[in-house]
Amino acid sequence: MTQPSALLAGVWEFIVGDDWRIAVGVVLALALTALVAVAGISAWWVVPLAVVGLLALSIRRAARPTD
Amino acid sequence: MSGAEIGLALAVFLACMVEAVEALTIVLAVGTTRSWSSAMGGVGAATLALAVIVAALGPALTSLPIDLLRLLIGGLLLIFGLQWLRKAILRSAGLKAKHDEIQVYEVQAAAARAAGAKPSGFDGYAFTIAFKGVLLEGLEVAFIVLTFGANQHRVALAAAAAGFAVLVVVAAGVAARAPLARVPENTMKFAVGVMLSSFGMFWGAEGAGATWPGGDGALLAIIPGMLIVAIALSKTVPHTSDSTPPAHSGSPPADTGDRARVRA
Repeated sequence: MTQPSALLAGVWEFIVGDDWRIAVGVVLALALTALVAVAGISAWWVVPLAVVGLLALSIRRAARPTD
Repeated sequence: MSGAEIGLALAVFLACMVEAVEALTIVLAVGTTRSWSSAMGGVGAATLALAVIVAALGPALTSLPIDLLRLLIGGLLLIFGLQWLRKAILRSAGLKAKHDEIQVYEVQAAAARAAGAKPSGFDGYAFTIAFKGVLLEGLEVAFIVLTFGANQHRVALAAAAAGFAVLVVVAAGVAARAPLARVPENTMKFAVGVMLSSFGMFWGAEGAGATWPGGDGALLAIIPGMLIVAIALSKTVPHTSDSTPPAHSGSPPADTGDRARVRA
């Protein structure tokens, strides 16, 4: 592995960790919050709802037997 | 001191304690088997590097517009916090590979003994291993100090909380003269995960344009709410025989992946 790609892999592992879906889900939830807020609708509930769902799904995936 | 500042100091203190315990194990191993002076040189160099990172990036972050800062840092804290929480829940259920500080100490000490004869003066091996251990464990703390501190423009308070945690761990290590295997690291990681996720959720949503009911007071509902959700999720996970609940678990296992990955 080259040094830049090793650095990128390190940063990815450091921030994103074991489940990249959590990171993607958080980004999407914040984007949806911005869209809802721009539309003039109360948007505070979007992120908490997304967080509960993302964590529950991630734990469920990790706990699921693979064989 | 406001509630948010107490939360900041507490989260940084706990996170730093966990990482300091892990770094202490590595330093103890190379210090006792190789050279204390060279190991402490590595600790000093790594601490300096971490201080430079925080000092250089802190002002750069705090100069960003507040909404962008909150969105960026809230998002990062939320991702980071959820990963900590996820790992803590999986470890408490025994679904993530486990290790303890004694085992890490023995492995590090064996590697240090096998690394060849000790030089009479400066020991490059002890210096490098101590430097690497402290720097890698410290980077997570530096990240939390920077993100938490920058968002409230209290980087100095966050750094002070981190420094105090290091002092506590070093004092305990000197008193015990052994790895701190009885520190409930997983419980602390669980608490840090809840704090990081809660503050990340609060700031991230605010940065994206949402307005919380009750303003800053919403944190008084978000933090306990997040704690209840995390505890409820940890109860729903099937626990293996070697698992312990978050409130009673000891040392965290190595970051070697969850059960699905280990089985694969």
